[in-house]
Amino acid sequence: MYQAIRSALHTTLEKDPLAMVFGEDVSFGGVFRCTMGLADSFGEERVFNTPLTEQGIAGFGIGLATMGHTAVAELQFADYIFPAFDQIVNDAKYRFRSGGMFNCGSLTFRSPCSAVGHGGLYHSQSPEAYFLQASGVKVVVPRSPIQAKGLLLAAIRDPNPVLFLEPKILYRSAVEQVPTGDYELPLSSAEILREGADLTIVSYGPPLYTIETALHHLKHPSEELAPLIPESLRNLSVELIDLRTIVPYDIETVVKSVNKTGRCIVVHEAPQSGSVASELSAEIQQRCFLRLEAPVKRLTGWDTPFGLAYEKFYLPDHIRILDGIVETMRY
Amino acid sequence: MEVMTMLPVLDQILNASQRQGRLSFYMTSYGEEGVVVGSAAAWENDDEVFAQYREVGVLLWRNYPLSSLMAQCFSTKSDAATLGRQMPVHYGSKEHHFHTISSPLATQFPQAAGAAYALKRTPGRENSCVVCYAGEGATSEGDFHAGLNMASVLGGALVFVVRNNGFAISTPTSQQYAGDGIAARGPGYGIDTIRVDGNDPLAVFLACKEARRRAVEGKKPVLVEAMTYRVGHHSTSDDSSAYRSLSAVESVKKLDSPLFRLRRYLESLPKPRWSTERDNAAKDSAKRAILREFSKAEKDKKPPLAAMFGDVFARVPEGAEREGARGGLERPQREQKEELKRLIEKWGDTPGWKKELAKFDGGKEAVSKW
Repeated sequence: MYQAIRSALHTTLEKDPLAMVFGEDVSFGGVFRCTMGLADSFGEERVFNTPLTEQGIAGFGIGLATMGHTAVAELQFADYIFPAFDQIVNDAKYRFRSGGMFNCGSLTFRSPCSAVGHGGLYHSQSPEAYFLQASGVKVVVPRSPIQAKGLLLAAIRDPNPVLFLEPKILYRSAVEQVPTGDYELPLSSAEILREGADLTIVSYGPPLYTIETALHHLKHPSEELAPLIPESLRNLSVELIDLRTIVPYDIETVVKSVNKTGRCIVVHEAPQSGSVASELSAEIQQRCFLRLEAPVKRLTGWDTPFGLAYEKFYLPDHIRILDGIVETMRY
Repeated sequence: MEVMTMLPVLDQILNASQRQGRLSFYMTSYGEEGVVVGSAAAWENDDEVFAQYREVGVLLWRNYPLSSLMAQCFSTKSDAATLGRQMPVHYGSKEHHFHTISSPLATQFPQAAGAAYALKRTPGRENSCVVCYAGEGATSEGDFHAGLNMASVLGGALVFVVRNNGFAISTPTSQQYAGDGIAARGPGYGIDTIRVDGNDPLAVFLACKEARRRAVEGKKPVLVEAMTYRVGHHSTSDDSSAYRSLSAVESVKKLDSPLFRLRRYLESLPKPRWSTERDNAAKDSAKRAILREFSKAEKDKKPPLAAMFGDVFARVPEGAEREGARGGLERPQREQKEELKRLIEKWGDTPGWKKELAKFDGGKEAVSKW
């Protein structure tokens, strides 16, 4: 996936003379290799290192964007967005507060997010929910290389500031044939990954793969799992939705699906309280009340900081997803 | 001198009207007229200004219409700067290259650094400069450090002007820093720096003129610390006698006024360029012009209520509207606007809402057309 992101940045720099890519350590290629070779191809004035200051990077990006330049800023880990929180939440409201006279819409923040197996507290976080209330900033999370390139190009060209969160565990593990040309995937549009009639599962980023694993086990349980999974659920028809854009999210696709299936599970890595799952659950119960046959289940990280040694039991893994499916279907 | 004379007249009228409850909030520039107007005179009119909030003198220098100024303070339908969304004195004007003010202190420092970098790469603007104003209190924010360091490392024509007026609300500088003011920090970032008597408008002008020259020629930042004194209260929500003696303020007003100093100088020239008559005439004409726009703005309607939901996100271009983003609004704003419409149609004639709705352009009828 890192190559797909690099390709999107290359396309941007090639086609948009006002575009710049900057952040901590992006010049030599970035700590995740997402900016490899870009400084050589486009020059140090367009692809450059900044001092180590997230609030500085965010403010600098806003300043570039208010002057109409395309700013693609990297924040090295999503865990380190918080020093820039004030700039992103208070000052990216440039358009609203200036009556539309000024804006920083040509600004995109890229930041690696989510668990990586051994990231502990500060290399594992999924901070998307903090931005649910930051009206004016869009938040996008891709699941794969094709998605990453298409959504990133759309994010960079979107006339609003966008926070583009890249699940770093997918940088090297997610591999697929990505079109070399220029293409975009729409923001604020969820994608139905598989159609189903009995249960809707909504997620984004890495848990989508865990859900696929869980669904495989549901259909073909191992000897150890079989006694815990009712026979009647073997051929459960599950509709799986990738939300893709977190703010503003595509409630229409989710509601249509839940109205059809009557049951819904939301899965993500971030903690539960005040989360995307909580937000979606509230919307779903409001819009699908008469169709719901079970409570909307939230399978998320626990409300604790991300402890290093506990990752297996912190994240919603395939076991928790199987349990969620069984509990929701037997309700 | 005309602009410097006008500034306290404007402040006096708007400050007094806030005391009478006719305006929700105001901040005066008393005592700092020399810093603000002296520096404004040193810039080109298309230099990009990032201000804190006590720099309306720059806008007056650039002939910002008094009508726009009043529209912003009174949140009228003519308030193009903020559409009634921001508190008074949060001015902005693209035409005057004055970026819209925001309340969070010091956020403008790294933004100015970004804008300066952008100018460097904008064809035709290579000789333009960014100007970033702030008070000495704001320099304690992390964004001051971030902004100066980024500007120094990454370059771009930029002049930082720090108004050191002795106080950040109630906090005296002795509780703000223990070093030698703000100027002493500039060299630590590798930034050319000068400290200037902020109550001497000519000294401010000359220092800023040279700062700008170095910034534009060297494509680098320059720091100017202007020493002055905040003669007025911090804002209309502040009574500064709670933390400093009125006699100290009075003595500064009498002994070290930037207005009197410039006036005396102009009067003492071999061919005097200012006089009591001219002073009175300038004050009178300023007062008349301000009061004229003041009474117009005070009577004006607020913007249409629909403006509350606009510009959260960019307007979706005609014909390219997605399912979720009709009417130029993203789904949440569109749905919530519809909900407010329902509420207003049901409850709009109840006393509290009826009175308030009548203040908005188009009133309740405009809402029913949403």
